[in-house]
Amino acid sequence: MTSKRLPTSRYPGYDVLALRDTPSWDDVTRAVIDQRLAQRNAPRFCNDTQWRTLQALCATLVPKSLDPSVDAAHRRFAAPRIPVAGLVDTRLAEDTRDGYRDARLPPLREAWRIGLAAIDAESQTLYGAAFADIDENAQRDVVRRMQAGELQSPAWQGMPSDVFFRQRLVIDIGSAYYSHPHAWSEIGFGGPANPRGYVRMQANRRDAWEPVEAHPGQEDQARRENRRVR
Amino acid sequence: MFDEAMHTPRGKDGRAPDVFTIGGWVPMREYPQDEPVDFAIVGTGAGGGTLACRLAELGFSVVAFDAGAWWRPLEEFASDETHQAKLYWTDERICDGDDPLQLGSNNSGRAVGGSTVHFAMVSLRFRPEWFKSRTLLGYGADWPLDWREMWRYYTVVEDALKISGPVRYPWGPPRPRYPYRAHELNAAALVLARGAEALGIDWTPTPLATLSAPRGRAHPCVYRGFCVSGCATNAKQSALVTWIPRALSAGAEIRDLAMVGRIDVGSDDRVTGVEYHREGRWQFQRARNVVVAGYAIETPRLLLMSATPRFPEGLANSSGLVGKNLMVQANQAAWGVMDDEIRWYKGPPSLALTEHWNYEDKGKDFFGGYCYMSQGPLPHVWAYVQTGRGLWGETLHEEMSKYNHQAGLKIVGETLPQERNRVTLADEKDALGLPIARVTHSLCDNDKRLIAHALDFMSDALVAAGAKEVWRQLDDTCHLNGTARMGDDPRTSVVNADCRSWDIPNLWICDGSVFPTVGGVNPSLTIQAIACRTADRIAALRSRGEL
Repeated sequence: MTSKRLPTSRYPGYDVLALRDTPSWDDVTRAVIDQRLAQRNAPRFCNDTQWRTLQALCATLVPKSLDPSVDAAHRRFAAPRIPVAGLVDTRLAEDTRDGYRDARLPPLREAWRIGLAAIDAESQTLYGAAFADIDENAQRDVVRRMQAGELQSPAWQGMPSDVFFRQRLVIDIGSAYYSHPHAWSEIGFGGPANPRGYVRMQANRRDAWEPVEAHPGQEDQARRENRRVR
Repeated sequence: MFDEAMHTPRGKDGRAPDVFTIGGWVPMREYPQDEPVDFAIVGTGAGGGTLACRLAELGFSVVAFDAGAWWRPLEEFASDETHQAKLYWTDERICDGDDPLQLGSNNSGRAVGGSTVHFAMVSLRFRPEWFKSRTLLGYGADWPLDWREMWRYYTVVEDALKISGPVRYPWGPPRPRYPYRAHELNAAALVLARGAEALGIDWTPTPLATLSAPRGRAHPCVYRGFCVSGCATNAKQSALVTWIPRALSAGAEIRDLAMVGRIDVGSDDRVTGVEYHREGRWQFQRARNVVVAGYAIETPRLLLMSATPRFPEGLANSSGLVGKNLMVQANQAAWGVMDDEIRWYKGPPSLALTEHWNYEDKGKDFFGGYCYMSQGPLPHVWAYVQTGRGLWGETLHEEMSKYNHQAGLKIVGETLPQERNRVTLADEKDALGLPIARVTHSLCDNDKRLIAHALDFMSDALVAAGAKEVWRQLDDTCHLNGTARMGDDPRTSVVNADCRSWDIPNLWICDGSVFPTVGGVNPSLTIQAIACRTADRIAALRSRGEL
């Protein structure tokens, strides 16, 4: 269970999962995170069309979910490093709601159903193909127009595109990405810490079970130290 | 996974979970449904949990109901933000108005212990003048309570929760020493301290309901930082590990996974008990008194759902105010990047605060006050803040990569009571066929001026502390209060100072709903203080034959 690390991480060589069997993780945390790591990138809720659109949206909104070892031209079509679309789809399959919704939006599943279809419809109108089949610049343009509320085709069924973007799309996809331990490693989060907790609370101090930040020119040293984080 | 407590009730067959031992149980007294208990209490959070404990200790028979699960924190609370969503009220609610609220994880718990299971533990007293804010400060409404009496009850609650706090508190009248010493400050807290000192205002370690020394079978806080996802060590002094165990010892019964859908009223216009859904069927508990303690959305929802031909607008609602004057608190923030590694994930999230703008009235172009605190969001919440700001793509990843250098200051700011901010019943139904709540919320101009003042001041403080790339989060709120305000006049309030309904003498409301104003501090300590006072008042009324 090692993560594929990105060259841009400030924490080279750090893998929060290396702490799994240390006193920083308890049994319930291990079980919960094991289940997340077992997430397949395959749909249970989405149909084929929705799934393609959802995957393309995840690649656009959280591009670091893609596998950096695949060359850039094919990356967005290859199996991702973090199965964000799978995580979002699982949430839809289980209908896990937030406990509230903006009155302008229908319930979770319905909002996603309408949103995915509308994004494809808008993409057809603007670029002549479904969202998954247009190039990355065009995809980003569609997303920008949605964020600005400029997309208003009847396919939205009255749901404001900017509200869907702000309260569903970007939050659900962003939350799924940053719920994954690989994302924690990337940003240098110490991760679960029960029962051991943390001791060194001051600035620029770290416990031996926290990651080392690489300062410019010291990446190799940081990488060596991060392999010893336990 | 680890959600058995959400499907099978645990408070039954004469026993209840012992939250301090793995797999342990404690005995629990049980009461028959067809004989009236002295008090049926709906909700077991800061209001209902506290009141259940104190009423049982004063010799009343008590059954308390909670829609949520009875968790075993030592075994079932993962160090994972996503999984711990099981602590939140995730049934649907509809939010509208000019500034629709975010509920769920933000402010709504669903568990034995209520929202205190996931609260941030900040335990502050009201400024004395706020209890008479209309008379003394010119806004809002006066409380029917005297601040000196409330300060005595604050002391009671601070001792019950072994609040950790500073030796000297910089604002307000003298107060006793906090029972436990203040926690060590983390780097994020010291950013607040540097900013405050640079701008010439006082700051202090935050009084917190998490242990800084051992207590009974709980050890001190280990600074794991997952406080608002549920404390897995029992250092957090939630109702689940404080008032509830005491309530059981004193003979109260707690029924978990029990959703109360209706309060019944007899032909004499007194309530007779509660209808609740548990183990797949509707049941009825007879009671001499009913207390509603479901927090500021579920409380008015239940009162409105219990309407009868005699009370067509809902129970306790002759004033027409049930559901109105919903008050949140402003929760905007200034965020910035420090040269230092801050690593704000370590320790309780808000270890330092300033109440300067709660106690200083000069230089304000608004009514009310605010405090602000240091911050420590974990990755899921921080991603939510960044996506909420409109970031996505490589820009989002770039901002998130600065995680360990971030610092932030966030207000808990007073908003004014407005009748247009309210809870009503929607046409849509929940899984039990009950109408769901519609929550309508808009900020007023005064609220916006307070927020603008706070954002200016906090941004200056962050810059003074050395932060770069400072930006403002404009749209967050926290806490829920109002909707069944207390007062001296039945025409302009729902309950009296004893939390007793003006209309139905054996119906009581005891939670944040009764607040006429919210002040600029977190409400939990005040809710618990009111619950302790209410229990004493009920005992006094009993001794005078006035129950």
